[in-house]
Amino acid sequence: MKTLTTTLAAILVMLATALPAHAQKTDDSLYRDLGGLDVLTKVVDDTLALALADARIKDTFKETDMKRLAKLITEQFCELSGGPCKYSGDPMKEVHQGLGLSNMQFNALVEDLQAAMDKSGIPSRTQNKLLALLAPMQRTVVTK
Amino acid sequence: MTNKTGRGLRQASAMALMSVAALLSAAASAQNAMTPDMGKLMATAGVVQVEGAGGGGLVPWATITGYGSRDSYGANVHYTYVGTQDYKLASYGVAVGIADRVELSVAKQRFTGSQAPLNNLRIDQDIYGVKVKLAGDIVYDQDTWMPQLAAGVMVKRNNGVGGLGAAITNVRDLGAKSDSGIDYYLAATKLFLDQSLLVNATVRATKANQMGILGFGGDKGDRYQAMLESSVAYLLNRQWVVGAEYRMKPRNLGADNEKDYYDAFVAWFPSKNLSLTLAYVSLGDITVYNPKRQDGVYLSVQAGF
Repeated sequence: MKTLTTTLAAILVMLATALPAHAQKTDDSLYRDLGGLDVLTKVVDDTLALALADARIKDTFKETDMKRLAKLITEQFCELSGGPCKYSGDPMKEVHQGLGLSNMQFNALVEDLQAAMDKSGIPSRTQNKLLALLAPMQRTVVTK
Repeated sequence: MTNKTGRGLRQASAMALMSVAALLSAAASAQNAMTPDMGKLMATAGVVQVEGAGGGGLVPWATITGYGSRDSYGANVHYTYVGTQDYKLASYGVAVGIADRVELSVAKQRFTGSQAPLNNLRIDQDIYGVKVKLAGDIVYDQDTWMPQLAAGVMVKRNNGVGGLGAAITNVRDLGAKSDSGIDYYLAATKLFLDQSLLVNATVRATKANQMGILGFGGDKGDRYQAMLESSVAYLLNRQWVVGAEYRMKPRNLGADNEKDYYDAFVAWFPSKNLSLTLAYVSLGDITVYNPKRQDGVYLSVQAGF
């Protein structure tokens, strides 16, 4: 019992000290770390070029206006990272309804985005900050 | 075989049946279910720990091994070598992850001594593991505090002691109450992508002496005790992860003033098919007859999908 109590206490201490507070989205530091609108535009263009060549997901863009998609994703990344943009597309749930996307396909696009961010020289820790904001979208994007 | 081991095997069998059901449902829901989808992100499946379960180096995590997403499966083989001043531990095994829900693992460990009079010492152990993910997702739950949670069992069978003469052939001859045992654990793994940081906490109920290498229970105690095991890892990038671990240990044997384990590791993921983990480990002194702290190297290679 003593060991159990010690263990639980240790877990609580560990959680309290190890869990970093979630970053406040009131500043534009991530947007600036990513390199601003020019870099984001290039990252999104590169991501979609990779996605169209990616056998795992290219067919999901068959009906898609890629130019419009690039504009909307750029807006979204810009807004999410604290930049001066406003996402003008439809809600994520709506636009992905019926696509029957899987976790594997969601992650495939993430991997294409990671490769695109590598190409633009964005450091891993900055990449992960953006991915942390995108990851919860899995719940609305993946329907399979 | 003891009653407890029998019960553990029955529990393991029940979980194995559940995993078959999970596989069948995955097969029904995915068109290409039989082709592994490698659908997890690099390194997010962790590596295989020293007892054959998905995790870090010493600690089992809540992650399900392999790169199969919830619509698929993954599997890997591993070889792990731990070498300290006076002892070596070599282990190898196979682990399968099904539908990112159930993990099955088998590992064989061989512990040997190199310092006289233990230079012919040889102890073998088999470990059968089952782990079930209970809740949460290590990657997607970035906007909540929810970690990925999993529960697991390790059914361990010590296969005897060699090299100490005819009088000592079983770990019971060294003071252990049993040569088989079952560990139960609950693991919580949280990836803070915003910080590129992974934190794991595992609570294990165990009677195992030196993971079971020196048997289960002993003259100083033969009851289940809760042990905390924890890992912290920093993702340098998608291919390189560094971290440290701590593993609390029981002290059941008078002949073994058992100490907690520590390690500091670096893991390299050149691809989703291969990983290498190099660590510095501190295992404490293994027996009162050689009260020297055992520090050394941990090297693990893992191949799979």
